[in-house]
Amino acid sequence: MSLLWLRFALGCYLIGLVYAFVALNRTSDLFARIALHAASLGMVFHFVSLVEVFVSGHFVWAAVHNAESLLAFISMTFFMIIYAVYQTVSPGVVVFPVVFFLTFVAAADQQPVLLTAIVQRGGWLAAHIVLIFIGYAALLVSFGASLLYLLQERRLKSKKPTSLISFLPALETIDQIGYRSLLLGFPFMTLGLLAGSVVAITKYGHLDFLDPKILLSVLMWAVYLIMVFTRWNSGWRGRRAAILATFAFVAALAAGAANYFSTIHRFAS
Amino acid sequence: MRFQLIGVNHKSAPLEVRERLAIPESRLPDTCRDLTAYPGIEEAMVISTCNRVEVVTHTVNGHADLRGFLHDHFHLKPEELDAHLYEFREKDAVRHVFRVASSLDSMVVGEAQILGQVKEAYATARAVGAVRGQLDQLFSRAFAVAKRVRTETAVGSSSVSIASVAVELAKKIFGSLHGKNVFIVGAGKMSELAARHLMAHGCASIFVANRTYERAIGLAQKFNGQAIKFEDLYATCDRADIVITSTGAPHAIFRREHGEQFLARRKNRPMFFIDIAVPRDVSPDMAKLDGIFTYDIDDLQQAVSSHVADRRKEAELAEAIIASEVERFEARLSTLDVVPTIVSLQDHLETIRQAEIDRVRGRLGQMTPEQEIAVEALTRGIINKVMHTPITTLKSAAKESEATTVVDVVRRLFNLQVKGKEAAAPAAKKDEVGTRG
Repeated sequence: MSLLWLRFALGCYLIGLVYAFVALNRTSDLFARIALHAASLGMVFHFVSLVEVFVSGHFVWAAVHNAESLLAFISMTFFMIIYAVYQTVSPGVVVFPVVFFLTFVAAADQQPVLLTAIVQRGGWLAAHIVLIFIGYAALLVSFGASLLYLLQERRLKSKKPTSLISFLPALETIDQIGYRSLLLGFPFMTLGLLAGSVVAITKYGHLDFLDPKILLSVLMWAVYLIMVFTRWNSGWRGRRAAILATFAFVAALAAGAANYFSTIHRFAS
Repeated sequence: MRFQLIGVNHKSAPLEVRERLAIPESRLPDTCRDLTAYPGIEEAMVISTCNRVEVVTHTVNGHADLRGFLHDHFHLKPEELDAHLYEFREKDAVRHVFRVASSLDSMVVGEAQILGQVKEAYATARAVGAVRGQLDQLFSRAFAVAKRVRTETAVGSSSVSIASVAVELAKKIFGSLHGKNVFIVGAGKMSELAARHLMAHGCASIFVANRTYERAIGLAQKFNGQAIKFEDLYATCDRADIVITSTGAPHAIFRREHGEQFLARRKNRPMFFIDIAVPRDVSPDMAKLDGIFTYDIDDLQQAVSSHVADRRKEAELAEAIIASEVERFEARLSTLDVVPTIVSLQDHLETIRQAEIDRVRGRLGQMTPEQEIAVEALTRGIINKVMHTPITTLKSAAKESEATTVVDVVRRLFNLQVKGKEAAAPAAKKDEVGTRG
């Protein structure tokens, strides 16, 4: 049943996905409103699906489809918070496709792929996953904001009046969205990694920093730290910030992909 | 529909003529009263703005001498005025009112001010009782149409002056302008105007630098700002988010190296340069820096003209909306014309039905509740069937020009007396109708 709710949510997110592609070519307030309502409705279905699987006792923190569903939901929540504060749907251009992809994978009804090493259901594991996912969601929004910033900056500099300028919020608003997401996400990411370390140490007695998963996670965290620092210290925005955000995002993707070849944080085949 | 409108606007009359016709706000109520007292005029309203003076009326027979009124009221000879006047009647008058309220007849198409001015004129005329029935309906509809035009088209959405384009661009960069600082370099008229616009949108403070320091002080005082010595320009300029520059310098005074310094001191917070000087004050390579946005006079002009073109395109959509609204309004008014007759007809037949039931009740004896209901249903059914054809005929006739004839025939046939002045038959026939029944 939870899968059915998730598929309803997927249907709603599909509208968001279509919006993301359309918004890049033409402005439509009506479509933005439809996408927003569809995304809200999708979140309701998504929430029901998560609650149902949780209440039924089938929720396995380390199961990939549960985790992806949770990450998609947290990302949407982040998007909605931004909408509530800034009244702009534009971050959806980046958030909607990612959320759709994650939900699609989660709703594909495959056998849950478990991580072999981590099978306990301890609170540390739950904390690790939730915290790191909030960090990921913040990173995603921050990455999206830096892309939108570049886009808006380029449009303003080109001096050609286009409809896209009116679809995007003001440059400083995009900048604030990116920076605040960055600031908010960093402590979560840090605590999430610490919680993950506790889990690994409990299990193996030590941390193997040469393991690809740990190495890439530390790299991602380091780029994250550099982003926060350069922004705070020198106010890096625009191109430089976008390059760093892309690095951090790619590192996050690589850290995710590392689940396929890490020895301690690995998917079962 | 006996609307009649006469007036002058920026297209039909030069300023000298419009000046002579302009009616001060304080005299509008009296003018409205004078108009309603004028022969042939039932209701009247005057719209007087700097671009137009228009008299909108609902007349007794559609042929009031509005020109005569203007000649008398303004003490003008026909040869001084008549060539500049335009006059619209009935449907054309409705269309014109809709176009004016929707800002399609304005000098700057899409400007928002006119709707407010028309609303004020309407309120004034209504307060003195010069607007009651038909004009009330006309203007209520005109306001709804103006709102529809504004929501469904982008006719009023883009700026069409250099200063307002500058504000719009600044908002695209900074979002809200609250708390932003403006730096005027070179105290010219145009930069003053742009600064005034920016301050009106919430900018916090203003700095002025000019080669002649006294002029800088003079302009700074106007805005409660701070005058800066020209030699301190580069040391202080980074305090501003928006720089408006219009010096007569033969070479660029802001170059890439200055931009780099400003950005370093501002921790890369963006800066917006509005360069209205010719030759330009801001070197083109400044724009290559991340976080520096420069718009010169040509860029601003280009934005203005593209907005003007956009508005023109949107105005075509708006005209289509107005055309359909005029039709709807006309149809609605016509239907309203026959409504009192329909109501009278229904009342009349209902009275007959009740009377007949009362009359035969004695002969029917004691009826059970079911029988009562059956008799009710039977008699109502007969009445409804009898009324069906006259009502449909009246409604369809309302949309045609024959409404008056059909209304008249129905009243004669059923010996109807219509209550109230708005009983909709043409005023010429009012007395006749009143004596019947």
